[in-house]
Amino acid sequence: MDYLDFEEPIKEILDQIEKAKELEGESQVNMAKTIKELEKKLESTRKNIYKNLNAWQRVQLSRHPQRPYTLAYIEAMTDGQFIELHGDRNVKDDKAMVGGWGMLGDEPVMFIGQQKGVNTKMRQYRNFGMANPEGYRKALRLMKMAEKFNRPVVTLIDTPGAFPGLEAEERGQGEAIARNIYEMSKLKTPIICVIIGEGASGGALGIGVGDKVLMLENTWYSVISPESCSSILWRSWDYKEQAAEALKLTAEDMLKNKLIDGIIKEPLGGAHTDPKGMFEILKNELLKNIEQLKKVETDKLIPKRMGKFEKMGVTN
Amino acid sequence: MGWFVRNKEGITTKTEDKKETPEGLWYKCKKCKVISSVEDHAENLWVCHNCGFHERVNAKEYFSFLFDEGKFTELNAKMTSADPLKFEDKKKYTERYQATVKKTGLNDAVTTGYGKMEGRDVVIAAMNFNFIGGSMGSVVGEKIAKAIDHALKYHKPFIMVSKSGGARMMEAAFSLMQLAKTSAKLAQLGDAGIPYVSVLTDPTTGGVTASYAMLGDINIGEPGALIGFAGPRVIKETIGKDLPEGFQTSEFLLEHGFLDFIVERKDMKAKIAAFLKMVHNEDKSKASK
Ligand SMILES: [Zn+2]
Repeated sequence: MDYLDFEEPIKEILDQIEKAKELEGESQVNMAKTIKELEKKLESTRKNIYKNLNAWQRVQLSRHPQRPYTLAYIEAMTDGQFIELHGDRNVKDDKAMVGGWGMLGDEPVMFIGQQKGVNTKMRQYRNFGMANPEGYRKALRLMKMAEKFNRPVVTLIDTPGAFPGLEAEERGQGEAIARNIYEMSKLKTPIICVIIGEGASGGALGIGVGDKVLMLENTWYSVISPESCSSILWRSWDYKEQAAEALKLTAEDMLKNKLIDGIIKEPLGGAHTDPKGMFEILKNELLKNIEQLKKVETDKLIPKRMGKFEKMGVTN
Repeated sequence: MGWFVRNKEGITTKTEDKKETPEGLWYKCKKCKVISSVEDHAENLWVCHNCGFHERVNAKEYFSFLFDEGKFTELNAKMTSADPLKFEDKKKYTERYQATVKKTGLNDAVTTGYGKMEGRDVVIAAMNFNFIGGSMGSVVGEKIAKAIDHALKYHKPFIMVSKSGGARMMEAAFSLMQLAKTSAKLAQLGDAGIPYVSVLTDPTTGGVTASYAMLGDINIGEPGALIGFAGPRVIKETIGKDLPEGFQTSEFLLEHGFLDFIVERKDMKAKIAAFLKMVHNEDKSKASK
């Protein structure tokens, strides 16, 4: 397990527990009492640290290398009843954008999401979760299929942005994202979007227009990453913490500003400390929301969805 | 150019270029460096006589030659930003904003209005690049949404002249959501069968390209305009290579299938009007006050 800088105290206690256990094994000394005390200390230290996370720390957690990614969620939540579908029927299959049919309990659902890689090789293969235009067009193809069969769409968003590449521009990255936003605003079936990691700008919004837009507790969603914001507005990479605060990109701030519909709690210490627990929490949340949305008639659903986004913005 | 009425005020307020030339009467082309009088340049719709370079101009200039006799009624002229995030980097956003209002005499990066185009009622929105890089925040999104509402109510075609560096960082997620807001409005316009013409001018990048600029029934570009999603510098850094000549220009986008055609400024009005004549049923338009 990797530990972030602000998690150092947790790591120290875990190391102490480890040592105590070793000592017990070697010397036959009963360390049970010490271990128990350390475990208590661990619990309270954890609570204290995670209770007061600042924006930058949330960003760090959202990028934690052990954090579960889209396919892990889908596999677990569907109990393996998932048929992955590939390709945009035009150019190629984008490995940074995945999708397909899955059973969420008794509900057939179209899942779509950006996929990051779990190791160096896979990170390359998945292009770090940065989709090309064909990824967005594949996503749209799958959404249209969901609309055709009147099944809900669930998107899991986790991207540092749409890929800023030469071919991406040639094949119309801007047009692909714009088209998705346009079509999602009027798709005739319920859409639930969940930020499960990073929600960076148009790359996130390209699969992010829904009846319900939810954020996991330790994620971020904004128009730009704190690093890029720092480099542009402060003309230096060193102000990422301030930029993270200024952007109001945490789930809490986003809800307060009415730019999302809800926050989903993560297990203490973040999704990566208890992925199974996280999958269960999300599955239940999704089922609850699907049940609600299924009751709304389509001709009411779309104006409501559009109306929600039309209200976003504050002017004088 | 019988239909073009010169906008005298627009000429005298273009102080930016005056400094380079003696007595403020001359315009030096940014591309070929050839000098022409400011008056001739304006009469040529701010396009270089010598090389055809299309100078960046604001909504005011576009309105002067797109609307019949340059006449229009402005919508939501007074709307300004509310700084919902109390944003502050090296400077407070409110201070930056106030200073820009003062410097430009504009209230934000888009101006919207309705009037006639070759006799047909239309709604036009055009962006002001000199207002914080033509960036899209809540005001830009809301004014465009309101302009589309007007188009919907009176069944008037909507024309959007984009010129923007993208979303306005100082409004963070609020500005991101303007992509969704404007696109949802355009979806309503589309469902009502009302034509939407998107004109992409130099530069059109970022969130604007990833929303309304790319969603026209027809997308048309001015010659030589920079149009893209990611900025050229970011792409260069990402791929670690120099970008090919002409990358992300209007001509490049036309070649790759993202523009319907390129139009010189002097032909823009006539071309749009010709298109509207073929697709828009004027008898459906209702008169607005
Ligand atoms: Zn020239």
